[in-house]
Parts: sequence; C-alpha cells; structure tokens
Amino acid sequence: MLTKRIIPCLDVKDGRVVKGVNFKSLSDVSSPVELGKFYSSCGADELVFYDITASSEGRKLFTDILTECAKNIFIPLTVGGGINTLEDFDRVLKCGADKVSVNSGAIKNPKLIEQGAKRYGSQCVVLSCDIKRVDGSFRVFAKGGRENTGLEALTWIKQGVDMGAGEIVVNSIDTDGVKGGFDIELLEKITELVTVPVIASGGAGSTQHFIDLFNKVPKISAGLAASVFHFGEIKINDLKKELKQNNIEVRL
Amino acid sequence: MIAIIDYGVGNLFSLKSSFNAIGEDAIITNNVQTIKDAKKIILPGVGAFEDATKKLKESGMKDVLLSECKKGKTVMGICLGMQLLFDESYEFGVHQGLSLINGKIVGFEGRIDKEYRIPHIGWNSLKLYNNSPIFKYLKDGDYVYFVHSYYAECNKKNIIATSDYGMEFTAAVQNENVFGCQFHPEKSGETGLKILKGFCEAE
Repeated sequence: MLTKRIIPCLDVKDGRVVKGVNFKSLSDVSSPVELGKFYSSCGADELVFYDITASSEGRKLFTDILTECAKNIFIPLTVGGGINTLEDFDRVLKCGADKVSVNSGAIKNPKLIEQGAKRYGSQCVVLSCDIKRVDGSFRVFAKGGRENTGLEALTWIKQGVDMGAGEIVVNSIDTDGVKGGFDIELLEKITELVTVPVIASGGAGSTQHFIDLFNKVPKISAGLAASVFHFGEIKINDLKKELKQNNIEVRL
Repeated sequence: MIAIIDYGVGNLFSLKSSFNAIGEDAIITNNVQTIKDAKKIILPGVGAFEDATKKLKESGMKDVLLSECKKGKTVMGICLGMQLLFDESYEFGVHQGLSLINGKIVGFEGRIDKEYRIPHIGWNSLKLYNNSPIFKYLKDGDYVYFVHSYYAECNKKNIIATSDYGMEFTAAVQNENVFGCQFHPEKSGETGLKILKGFCEAE
C-alpha cells in the first residue's frame, strides 16, 4: 500500500541551513549535506530544500551544496525558492533535484507551470501555495506570504493542476508557526478539488497533529514541517512508529 | 563499468551517484563503443513514451541497446526505461516499444477507483515473485519510490515484483538478461541501493 509521506523542509541561505537547527548528534548542524543524511537515515521520505538566498553568489553556493546532497542522499529531493524561469528548472535539476517547487514565479508567470511540465513532465512540477483567509475566503499570498495577490486559492490551484502541476504543497499562513495543528478545513477543500497528490504544510506542533491530519483528511498524501523536526521536538522515527500504531500506513 | 544510456531524457546524476555509493563505476554516455565495452547497461527515462522512443532511435542508442541485449548483456530499464522494453504503450495513442519483453503499457486511469490519486507518487511496498537475482538482498514488504501513471501488463513468468495501488500492478520484470523496475531504485534509499547491488552481481 502507498504510504503517507513525512517531509522535512530545510531553508538554505548562502549554502547553509538557517533557522536554528539543534541536533547534538551532528558536528555541523547547518550543513545541508549533514542534515540531509541525518534526516534520510531516520526515515524522512523526501527532502525539500528551500533556497532563500537573494544574491547570485548565494545561488551558486546553493547549487554546489545541492549537488553534494544529491551525491550522498538517495531519497527524492525537491527544490524551491527563486524558481522563475525554465533555466532555473534546468539549473537545479542538473544538480540532482527530482522535483522543482514553484510559487511566486508561477504567480507572476503561470505559463511557467505549463512549460516546466512539458519539458520535464508533471511529476517534476510542484506547485507550492501560501494561503490565508481574507474576509472569509482563501487567498494566495506571494513573496513568502508577505503580499496578497488577490487570487482565490482554489481557483489558482485548479488552474495550476490543469496546466500540469503534478503535486501541490498547501501552506496555511493562518496555522503556520502557531503549532496548533494543520489547517484541516483548507486541506479538505483542496484534496476534494484536485486529483494529484496534496502535501500539507503549516501548523505541525506535535505527533498528534500528524495523526489528526491523516485521519481527518484521508486523501492527503504527505505532511511537511520544518522547525518541529529541526529542534528535535518531533523525531521522525518516533512519529512514524506512532502513525503506524494508529493504523496509518508509513514506511518504517 | 556500468553504462547509463544518455539519450536526452531525465536526470541521470542520481543514478550515477547510486552506483558510486555501492562501489561501482558508472558512466553517463551516448558513445556506442563505451556501451559495447560496459559490463552492464542501464536504460533510464522519465517523461512521455513517444518522445522517449523517438530520442532513443535518433540518438542511435536503440540499435546498440538491442544488439547488446541480443549478445546477452545484462540490461535494466528504470521507470519509463522499463516501459520502453515492452511491445507497445497506450500512453497518448499507441506507440511501439523495443519488444524485449512481451506485454503492453497501460494507464491507471479508469482501472482503479477514483479515490486513488494519479500519478501514483510515493513509497509503496513490494511483493516479490520468481526469485530474481536483482532482489537477492530484498524481502517482501520492502518499500521503494514510485512516480508514474502507467504500468506494464505482461506474462506472470516475467513479473518479479508487484505493488498495490487500488489493484496489484507490475512493479518489476525480468526476461532472462533484461530487467526492468517501474520504481526508482536510485531514489529508494537503502533498499534501492541493495537492488542496484543485486543487479551488479547478476550473471
């Protein structure tokens, strides 16, 4: 049976993982390669690297580090951040990424989804959306959640899938950082809307939140989180064992 | 030396790295002589069937692949590379494959319940059949990573592993010296590396 996936997300700036990572077992906690290996060995089903670098030198460092990760880690790697053109797709895929996550770049130029899917296949194109409730409706935000695009979230996601996005990452700004659980209401709506896999993000604070996610939104494919994994508040191995005990299919 | 055939589709970097990780030399190549000299061949592939068959033919890789197979060299197709080994595919029309294994490639759509998402993406467990050498180090229930919307319908004698996604479908095949995996061993963690090791050791 297909398992539910658990995906840690690493923010990388100038080739280093940022956002206070705290693992005693690692000699270099901000090395994406070390962290990636660590996560891979403790049962992560996939890794997401998010490049938050602004400069071109930083970008170069990122691609170097990505290459190093891909040489050492044999689980799927998704790369996002600063993907605005097909050349950006090409740049990260050449370094060993398996999937490319588009967000603001696709909002600016929706054709990017179509072009990416045509050249590399739908399985390669992940549409990542930052969504927030505004006056009772779900709106898409750009630029790391800072700018309201005015786009209606469900319409945008449907359009993205129609243009060839093979997976959707739904990040709820309302629940992100609060650690009060995933945004069940929003995730239910989106899993009903599209038939491609949907990945939940934003709000994970405890193991119970993941159990709730998979029980309440059975059509969700994966749960993604960053800080709860980085700070060791949730250990991926323990989380997966707990999920298994709750009859949720996972890879152990 | 393992030759990973480069005919312009997909990311071959991880495949090469995986072989390196188990101590095998691998080269990404479209050089006919290099492929002839290699002890084993990998036929990779992602994307659409028709486009891949065209590229395989135009790059001249089809002829060398077929002649090396005929000589008995061990070959493994991965993902779309596996699908290319069959007689034909029904992905966007009907397209001829390499006919190294009898059977056809068909889509999940319409064959499984609507509650199953397509493409089939993620980790799924294997059920092993017919004691294939590439699964020498595996056990029933081991997980591998899949990304696909189409699968192979073929003779039972050629099926060496199945997986379950709304139905039992072909996950890996073998016809004498020709092997194929629908999933990605190079993305399947330790289990994947064990499969590549089994493939390297296969006679």
